[in-house]
Amino acid sequence: MNPALNLFWPFSIFIIVLFVIGLYCMLATFNLIRALVGLELIVKAVTLLLVLAGYINGHTALTQALVITLIVVEVVLIAVAVGVVIAIYAHNNSLDARQIRRLKG
Amino acid sequence: MFLNMTILVALLLAALWTVMTRSLLRCAIGLAFTSALVAVAMFRLNSPVAAVFELSVCAGLISVLFISTITLTQPITREEMTEYVKERVKRFWYLPFIVVAAGIGLSLLHIQINLTLPAPEAQTNVRSMMWNVRQLDLLGQVIILLTGVFGIIVLFKEAEKK
Repeated sequence: MNPALNLFWPFSIFIIVLFVIGLYCMLATFNLIRALVGLELIVKAVTLLLVLAGYINGHTALTQALVITLIVVEVVLIAVAVGVVIAIYAHNNSLDARQIRRLKG
Repeated sequence: MFLNMTILVALLLAALWTVMTRSLLRCAIGLAFTSALVAVAMFRLNSPVAAVFELSVCAGLISVLFISTITLTQPITREEMTEYVKERVKRFWYLPFIVVAAGIGLSLLHIQINLTLPAPEAQTNVRSMMWNVRQLDLLGQVIILLTGVFGIIVLFKEAEKK
């Protein structure tokens, strides 16, 4: 039996808990920056799961290539989202998500 | 195994601190710390290149972005913070029960996961994998980066006009 399999369940449980923590952060807050932090935590859980899958299957090179792509996408997403948050703040003078419910269009 | 467990427990504690702390700045620092611990876990899982990316980009660049945003915007008032702390537990008291119920439901489904896949011709060289096998990914990365740059330029142009 592959010894790497011993790591599957412990890592998986921690990854699921990390995902739930990120989800809770996104659900519980009205602050836009905190919501982005929650999204980041969810992406970290997914990244770790990909790396774990590669480690168990032995395809570490493939999963590392995928993780690098994921990280690039994540950075661009956060950069644009942060730009949107700053624009919302400049418009509403607040970071509260409840203030942007009435949108035009 | 003990070291892995220590890293994972520290990772969860860092993530919890990130979510539960009141200050946004501490939240950003906690996220950077979580990223650093994820990078350590990646090193342990035999993925050093991805770990270096995670450490430099996620723990470095994204933290800088968050801290810049926090300094550019007004911090939350004390009253709003107190209201947030009171409400966050009250509004989502049912979340742990949902997670436990979902876990029990999934365990009852008896999902068979085939974990014993061998890797006979698995490539171990990340460089050749990135540049020879996953070329389309690189093209996608460049397009996404350019899209992000144009998006930010458009956003800040609009802000300047106003």
